[in-house]
Amino acid sequence: MSARRLTGSRIRERRLDQGVRQVSLAEAVGISPSYLNLIEHNRRRIAGKLLGDIARVLDVDPALLTEGAESNLLDQMRAAAASFGETAEVARAEEFAARYPGWSGLIAAQARRIATLEERVQILSDRMAYDPQLAASLHDVISAVTAIRSTASILVGQEALDADWQGRFHRNIHDDSVRLASSSEALIAYLEAPQADAAGPAMPIEQVEAYLAQQDHRFADLEANGADLEDIVAAAELPPSASKLLRTVGAVYQADAAALPRPAFEEACARTGYDPVRIAGQFDVSFAAVLRRLSTLPAGDGHPPMGLAVCDATGTLTFLKSVPGFTIPRFGGGCPLWPIFGAFARPAQPVRAEVAMPGPVVNRMLCYAVAEPVGVPQFDAPPALQSTMLVIPDQPTSDAPVLPVGVSCRICPRPDCASRREPAIAGVGVHGSL
Amino acid sequence: MGKRVLLIEDEPNIIEAISFILSRDGWTVHTHEDGTTAMDKVNALPPHLIILDVMLPGRSGFDILRDLRANEPTKAIPVMMLTARGQAKDRELATRLGANHFMTKPFSNTEVRDHVRSLMEA
Repeated sequence: MSARRLTGSRIRERRLDQGVRQVSLAEAVGISPSYLNLIEHNRRRIAGKLLGDIARVLDVDPALLTEGAESNLLDQMRAAAASFGETAEVARAEEFAARYPGWSGLIAAQARRIATLEERVQILSDRMAYDPQLAASLHDVISAVTAIRSTASILVGQEALDADWQGRFHRNIHDDSVRLASSSEALIAYLEAPQADAAGPAMPIEQVEAYLAQQDHRFADLEANGADLEDIVAAAELPPSASKLLRTVGAVYQADAAALPRPAFEEACARTGYDPVRIAGQFDVSFAAVLRRLSTLPAGDGHPPMGLAVCDATGTLTFLKSVPGFTIPRFGGGCPLWPIFGAFARPAQPVRAEVAMPGPVVNRMLCYAVAEPVGVPQFDAPPALQSTMLVIPDQPTSDAPVLPVGVSCRICPRPDCASRREPAIAGVGVHGSL
Repeated sequence: MGKRVLLIEDEPNIIEAISFILSRDGWTVHTHEDGTTAMDKVNALPPHLIILDVMLPGRSGFDILRDLRANEPTKAIPVMMLTARGQAKDRELATRLGANHFMTKPFSNTEVRDHVRSLMEA
């Protein structure tokens, strides 16, 4: 089943649910009933303004009628079901999303919020366990308390003490009480440090990504007007850790922009059909630099939407630019079949793969990935590798071999995947999946 | 002269308090504050018992305990660990490395004295 056929079916189902006659809908959006009939039977493509008009008349978010956004929503609903036990009718998630788009969106949003909060709890828990400043503060407090307790016990004990010892222990208690007061104040100040809004990005890299999303993933002033990176970082007003990361990301962006100047780069993209190997050859830059640069092209300017993921050799995502249809978990448990991970098996060799997510709607994505060494090479030491992957969703169906990927095992219906780590939750079936 | 206890701890007032109560109980207390050179101190005058703090400058008490148990002259010396972190994993690690007792700060003087006595009588 192709993606657009399902969109037509969705329109028909929604129209019938609302009791709207086909003639009325066609008239409302300015097309003939027969053309609408073809659309509803998935025999004509629909997108853009017409899709928006139909969605408006049917009082539904256009994204719910399109395959990419719907797939995202369904993935999020399935992930929500996976997170909270297996009681939900996962197999009927699609039907639920179509009938109750508002509630479905709410479920997905709540699941995202809960995931964010759980992540924050984990971060705070790690902080309690490993934060060196907190550990040092607690150690100071406990050491002072221990000394005071031992010394005070001696002073109030049965044994008679001479004046020298008494004076000495009194001084020790005084010194330790001063130290305890100081350590306690420092600890309280540290624990009461203002925290980021719980609903906002929890980690520095997420704060940077949120900032970049606001900027449409471009440092426009840096590129066009020669602005100072430090001024941009300062104006972003991010917390110190995020500012440091933003500075690093901005410096990489600056280098990429210098190596791949916008007009010539866009001309090369148009001429090569966004072929990163040919572009890298033309500009004599690394493959990863081209992938990063491609991800900054604005989708509104006629370029396809492109997502970007970067990870280290442990598979931990160190940067993520999401686009509709591209879902990869930031924190562990993701599908290892994505080319970003496979690229580590052949460092420095570019990978091109068409991938498809499971589900009734086959959403093909074109992925380019490469694992390249970063940092300064050292004798007798393995290089630090970083893998970069560009994702271009909504690829047309072709005869090219497709790499089946997923979000995570818990919501993946592929039964015979060699990479499966755990069973899927009940209700995740293979209907229509690749 | 009583039996020797070596107290390896970097907090001066804790050193003074423990030294006082153990001295009054008949022990000869030697002290040392640095983790890096603690083994030199042990080897120079092997004590009958060691009270060993976990968090020391230069080297952790766990590393020192590992060395104590790996060296023939020191492997049988009873060791009582002191720590400000009472987590189960630290207790397990201390036990696995061969500590004879594990005491969490803040402790009472009576506890310290009683455990030192019992370790020496064992």
